Amino acid sequence: MQGKHWISALALTAGLAMGGTAFAQTTVRIAWYSDGNEGEVVADLLKRFEAQNKDIKVVLDQVPYKAITENLPVQLASGQGPDIARVVDLGGVARYALDMRPYLKDAAYWEKNFGPFLPWMRPEGDSSAITGFMTQLTVTGPFVNKTLFEQAGIAMPSAKATWEDWGKAAKAVADKVQAPFPLAMDRSGHRFFSVAVSEGAKVLDDKGEPAVIDDGFKRAAKRVYDWHQSGVMKKELWGSVSGTAYRGANDEFKNAQVVMYHSGSWQIAQFDKTVGDAFDWVAVPSPCGAGNCSGMPGGAGLVAIKTTKSPEAVAKVMDYLASEPVLSEFYARSLFVPGHLGIAAKGLDYKDASPQAKAALKVFSDQVAELSPVAYKLQGYVNNRVIFNAVISRLGQAISGEGTLDEAYKRIEADIAQQIAERKK
Amino acid sequence: MAPAETKPRREGAVAAGLLAAPLALLMRLVDGPMGALQRLIGERRMAYVFILPNLAFFSLFVFLPLIINVIFSVTGGAGLFPSERPFVGAQQYGYLFDCGSFLDPSSCREDHFWRGVSNTARFTLFQVTAMVLFSLLTAIVLNMKIRARGFFRAVYFFPVLLSPVVVALTWKWILQRDGLLNAAITSIGGERILFLVDPSWAMFWIVFVSVWAHMGFYTLILLAGLQAIPADLYEAAEMDATPRWRVFWRITLPLLWPNMIVVIVLALIKGVQTFDEVFVLTGGGPGTATLMIVHYIYETAFANQVQNFGLAAAASVVLGVVLFALTLAQLAASRRKGAA
Repeated sequence: MQGKHWISALALTAGLAMGGTAFAQTTVRIAWYSDGNEGEVVADLLKRFEAQNKDIKVVLDQVPYKAITENLPVQLASGQGPDIARVVDLGGVARYALDMRPYLKDAAYWEKNFGPFLPWMRPEGDSSAITGFMTQLTVTGPFVNKTLFEQAGIAMPSAKATWEDWGKAAKAVADKVQAPFPLAMDRSGHRFFSVAVSEGAKVLDDKGEPAVIDDGFKRAAKRVYDWHQSGVMKKELWGSVSGTAYRGANDEFKNAQVVMYHSGSWQIAQFDKTVGDAFDWVAVPSPCGAGNCSGMPGGAGLVAIKTTKSPEAVAKVMDYLASEPVLSEFYARSLFVPGHLGIAAKGLDYKDASPQAKAALKVFSDQVAELSPVAYKLQGYVNNRVIFNAVISRLGQAISGEGTLDEAYKRIEADIAQQIAERKK
Repeated sequence: MAPAETKPRREGAVAAGLLAAPLALLMRLVDGPMGALQRLIGERRMAYVFILPNLAFFSLFVFLPLIINVIFSVTGGAGLFPSERPFVGAQQYGYLFDCGSFLDPSSCREDHFWRGVSNTARFTLFQVTAMVLFSLLTAIVLNMKIRARGFFRAVYFFPVLLSPVVVALTWKWILQRDGLLNAAITSIGGERILFLVDPSWAMFWIVFVSVWAHMGFYTLILLAGLQAIPADLYEAAEMDATPRWRVFWRITLPLLWPNMIVVIVLALIKGVQTFDEVFVLTGGGPGTATLMIVHYIYETAFANQVQNFGLAAAASVVLGVVLFALTLAQLAASRRKGAA
């Protein structure tokens, strides 16, 4: 009798142990920020992944954008970061990125479909690593409140209109309908450089080193500065805060206070959801400057982090999220311009989008062809945020009346040189 | 009535006894080892044993970060750990003090640091002056026998309980273009004022909001001081028919001075350290009109792509030295006053 008890106890212990083994999970932690609804979409997709892969648990930490730009680099430097992170400062985070090639199911698939964007996420000097993929390809460009133009009885400038044309038209409309913001542009270096590149700024020299202040840059800086003096742009964005602080005008645009809002494709889902039928809004092609009609490419990449203890599991999650059907669904539901060449070539059906959002997505997708090589080069430059931050800080000071544009140019050059020298120490 | 009062008193005694019993047991348990330790090291050295836990805590969370900060201030590069950072000596301090004229921030290599110094000095001067004056005035009023005194004491203290971010956001909603204040101004036919875009208005409002948010705390300190002044002094003055202003100058102010020193020192230290409220309310703008030193340190260390911990640490050390000097000066002043 006693022997039987022993056998039962052993069987129970073994069963429990086996059960325990069966449910042993590897945890993969993702740091994720959202502009619109993409956090909900990816959470939904990851639930499906977990259902198919019982041995991997994915923890999605949804954090504010500021946590990604300011806290994540410190976490990564200390080796305490997540396994995967959604980042915008691709060059800055690249040195912490994991080369996933040994763990991926099919590295050739990644090369084929994400090829042009992979260098953005590679550490300096590396020309072959696969570290992540673009969760969205963004293109900067303006949104226009069409209803305000109609109310003012002023025709919208044509597709190839210049920045000057748009500035004048927006001011005329705002004056007529008493809108407080004729033209608003995010307080962001990335947005400023869409104007600068179109005005012919080269930004980097032949060796790929910063040579920011040239005639094109000066034309753009003077334009933005003059717009603030003449009331085309209001100081609430560029002149109201100091340093590198970001300010957007999406709330003002949603409240129909802005005639033309220069931002980018990532705003579409938000406007589609919140503006509804309150007024008609449209995305228009990026205005032309003296050089071209280019905007700035950009976007958020999902990057694997090299300090992960589970590179195989990380690669499995990344393979799943980057697979064509999953990524198609992600882009379509989030209303993002695809950063996957195969999906972009086939075209994407944004089923849930309103006609306004679909039209805006088409405008931004068409803009990809207009992007200047200078814009791509700047986006891929590892220290691009050093340049962006120096510009918004110093140009913001000039706009608010602290010094002249010439002083700002000198400070921009000095700030960039100082920071890059610090990084090289 | 009597039995009803006795019952809770008895219950209270039982509860106190229940609480005291385990404590007494604990004391008896440690009594033996502590006695042995005292015999071993002597009675005088036992004081060190008692302050050891607090000292360890303080060392870990205050002294150690302080030392790490000083180490960072003599290193360069973008690495996080001291081992990854090259030693650069006093170079970061050299950058901070590389100025054509200290009165003209634009002549300095680190112009934002000097703009921060200048703004912080102006802010502290206005804020501390206003804080002390309004706290004193409020404390005097709240010390009088006015109706609903308890209510008003609570009302003035309430903002102290709020988080600085909540305070700043609330005032931002009041002060912005379409905020409450502009709605009030335009409703009576006035012109909309962009309070947070105009440099002078921005400085005025950060001082105002700071005083509004923290005044209650300082009022409480001064109120305690006022209540500690013996009433017979006022009665004697009243019998002598001393004018009120003379009573204030000759009795109230001198006897309140130790509390005033505490208020001034604390307000000064807090003023120099100001960051969160101003950061949320104005973001250091317009331009750099409200950029404070701590904001500069934060921006240099964390907001840039190349996180310059060395320069930020050097600025922190400079700030620490200034705070230390201010505290010493204030303590010396209070001692002189006390001796007089």
